[in-house]
Amino acid sequence: MATIESSLKNMLLTLLIITAIAGTSLGFVYKLTEKPIAEAKARKQQEAIKQVVPEFTNNPADEAIVVTSPEGLPIKLFPAKKDGKLVGVAVETVSNKGFAGNVSIMVGFKPDGTIINYQVLEHKETPGLGTKMDKWFKTDKGHQSILGKNPGSYNLTVTKDGGQVDAITAATISSRAFLDAVRIGYKSFMENKSKLEEGGAQ
Amino acid sequence: MNQWKNFSKGFFKENAVFTLLLGMCPTLGVTSSAINGLGMGLATTFVLVMANLVISLIKDFIPEKVRIPAFIVVIATFVTIVEMLMQAYTPALYESLGLFIPLIVVNCIVLGRAEAFASKNSVGASIVDGLGMGLGFAMALTMLGSVRELLGSGKLFNVSIYPEDYGMLVFVLAPGAFIALGYMIAIIDKMKKA
Repeated sequence: MATIESSLKNMLLTLLIITAIAGTSLGFVYKLTEKPIAEAKARKQQEAIKQVVPEFTNNPADEAIVVTSPEGLPIKLFPAKKDGKLVGVAVETVSNKGFAGNVSIMVGFKPDGTIINYQVLEHKETPGLGTKMDKWFKTDKGHQSILGKNPGSYNLTVTKDGGQVDAITAATISSRAFLDAVRIGYKSFMENKSKLEEGGAQ
Repeated sequence: MNQWKNFSKGFFKENAVFTLLLGMCPTLGVTSSAINGLGMGLATTFVLVMANLVISLIKDFIPEKVRIPAFIVVIATFVTIVEMLMQAYTPALYESLGLFIPLIVVNCIVLGRAEAFASKNSVGASIVDGLGMGLGFAMALTMLGSVRELLGSGKLFNVSIYPEDYGMLVFVLAPGAFIALGYMIAIIDKMKKA
């Protein structure tokens, strides 16, 4: 195959040229895809926010506040405002108590703390068991649903731990992580509520 | 070599998954649904074709002792390009394939074809070889993904065939991948002997 002798100089030169070309072309593709990637991410976030809060007129991503959860993970609060008035807050919250890694969800709260809706963003729970969380806590059956509940007055833990929410069948750990994320989201929202309302007055 | 034979060997006679048993990690890891299998297969096909093309072009300029590092750099470059393109234009698929896209770099089919074929053959034959092997791999992954999705969650390409509650959960999980793959290899082996 090789028509070029494997001398140190030849080997170094060849690898240098190849890696230089590879690096250049990667830089080029990176520049090319940088914007679409950022747009795709922003669009996904926007979609998730729209799903969980009432109609709004501001840009929640612009007024977002980022705080740190007790577990040291970032929690993002997106205030949704209509004509300058706070109508709801979408909280991107995360729990590290999942069966396999972090469970990240977007929860929408009314200004008084009542849960409007939620959307599961990312998790690595067991398919067919823990993955049911995307619909389970929205289903109005027994004590499954968390929609319309206020974590301030409603005990958002699984019944096994003395709470008021039915865990997903055969996925108690995933359910705990999910509810943990909701509680963290609620707490961060309540702690920063005045800040979120203020943002709109400006 | 006859070009048609060169192209078609990837589908049956030298199919990466069913005959050579190469690239088992993505095969078992991503085929929980048909669309994941197809996406992974096509991403690998792109890398295979481009890597084969470039390697067959530069094969005469590479000293033999550094050919493997040189090949890996070429392959890794194309994998990273695919990764960035998928992240930009098919974010949903990118998320469900996750870690398996960067892992195409170490997929032995890609390096295997570079070493065994592209470094010894002409540019045209190498492209045909990459296309055949890649599409054969995509076909195998899509078949496996379809079987697992249908048995496990009652769907095919995300279209519901029967209620999900009747699905056999094990087929969505890793053990189901081994079971399904085993039966498929057995069936294809039988067909080959017949």
